[in-house]
Amino acid sequence: MVAVDASVYGGEGMRKASPAVASRPRRAGGLWRPVLLLAVGAYFVLPFVAALRYALQSDTGTFSFSAFTGITAQQGFGPAIGLSLRLLVLTVALTLGLMVPTAVYVHLRLPRLRRILDGITILPIVVPPIVLVIGVLDVAPTFAKASPYLLGFEYVVLAMPFAYRSLAAGLAAIDVKTLFEASRSLGGGPLQTLRRVLVPNLRAALLSATVLTVALVLGEFTMASLDQYQTFPVWIVAFDQNNSHVSTAVSFLALFATWALLMVISLLDRRGRTPPAGGE
Amino acid sequence: MLGLAPFAIYALVFLAWPLADVVVGAFESGNPGGGLTLANLHAAFSGVYRQGFVTSIELAAITAVVPGVVGLLVAYAVETSPHGSLRRVVTTASGVFANFGGVPLAFLFIASIGSTGMVTRWLAAIGLDPYDHGFTLYSFTGVAIVYLYFQIPLMVLVVTPALQALRPQWREASESLGAGSWAYWRRVGAPILAPSVLGAMLLLFGFGLSAYATAEALTSGSIALTSIQIGSFLNGNVIAGQANVGKALGLGMVLVASLSMVVYVLLQRRVSKWSQ
Repeated sequence: MVAVDASVYGGEGMRKASPAVASRPRRAGGLWRPVLLLAVGAYFVLPFVAALRYALQSDTGTFSFSAFTGITAQQGFGPAIGLSLRLLVLTVALTLGLMVPTAVYVHLRLPRLRRILDGITILPIVVPPIVLVIGVLDVAPTFAKASPYLLGFEYVVLAMPFAYRSLAAGLAAIDVKTLFEASRSLGGGPLQTLRRVLVPNLRAALLSATVLTVALVLGEFTMASLDQYQTFPVWIVAFDQNNSHVSTAVSFLALFATWALLMVISLLDRRGRTPPAGGE
Repeated sequence: MLGLAPFAIYALVFLAWPLADVVVGAFESGNPGGGLTLANLHAAFSGVYRQGFVTSIELAAITAVVPGVVGLLVAYAVETSPHGSLRRVVTTASGVFANFGGVPLAFLFIASIGSTGMVTRWLAAIGLDPYDHGFTLYSFTGVAIVYLYFQIPLMVLVVTPALQALRPQWREASESLGAGSWAYWRRVGAPILAPSVLGAMLLLFGFGLSAYATAEALTSGSIALTSIQIGSFLNGNVIAGQANVGKALGLGMVLVASLSMVVYVLLQRRVSKWSQ
């Protein structure tokens, strides 16, 4: 799974959504728009309908919820979810702990290094996980490979492009320097400022970085399967051999959960967006 | 500078070190005391592995161009629609669908156009069973169809800002000079949009190239893609003396991806000239 946010690809323009194109007077539109949107919409909706239908059928073709209710009882489900959740906590904590101070520090003290940091954090997109994992499995000492948590440390790298871009966009939108100076004049130290002034102001960016990281960790298959640890996505595939109705039900729920998570971002994002200040 | 130390150390240990290992390993003979060699690269670019690169690049190209065109049309249809709510729905949905992928997506498609899938049975009922006509989901075409699921929304997300940057004044100006719709698009719209659209497609190309989970889950590794071949190296299916060919394949993938990124950055520079 790829965690994607428009801001990663220089899509900052989306924030300023100018009504320019839309406000143009409509000319004879014709049928192409509804036809196109319906066809594309069907392509996106049908797999969900099909999966739901299949999951709700028993092998004999009768309607049954057993595929859904039976998920938690399946062998390996508990440990797989448990591992994925522990990796999730580790990855999110490491990502925020590492990227927030770094992004703030570079934004404030070393603005000339911003481009370099942009370049470094985009590297994990140029180096696909499948390539990175070759090197990781080769150089990691035995004790690290013996632990599933090595994956968490690598997930931080995979999450970097998304986490850093979210934070950089958030920082660009507030006046960090003034906030820091104001806090210092009131006697706040740097850590206190970070915790009590910056973090509350960056709430939307932090949430979006977190949710993108969460989506990435819960969907990551490549590294986990090749490092031979049964995280949730690896379990779905391993498990398919036993009962395809249940694995379809699990897949449906997994995508549904991703959907719910991302809806949370977009809602928070809308609420966190303050009306532009005068003069902007 | 000291404040950068934690990040720098982290990136060195968990990103630069493994990457350097792959790059150096690609030139190392797998045998003890074998020294440096070009044999791995030679092997990686010949025979089945060469075919792997060709298939990977073909798949990435198809799943960049087709969703690129469809995504552009969808973005345009939405941007020019009089309904503001449509734009919100499509933007949100694109953000969500672009993040789908991997294993669960493969299962959704097996349930729809797998050999006994819902859509397959619908088509069979009207006498058009795709499996009677050589189609199978567990193939190059099948994988390409599944990739559209995250590539189209990605294109919509990436190209929408470019469409929004087309100023209505440009259209008015060209109309006042007597240009019709076609002339406007050919002389003004297309040249301005071209770098953004090509750049967006290059991004899709990169994603198509590196995707592994969906293809692996769908074909169980039977399709000859470079990412799958690397995976089978790591799963221990190694022919003696070729231990480092996997690294050479990795290096090859990084080179192809870097090349597309470099062109992407160059195109972005051209784009920024217009969006001042």
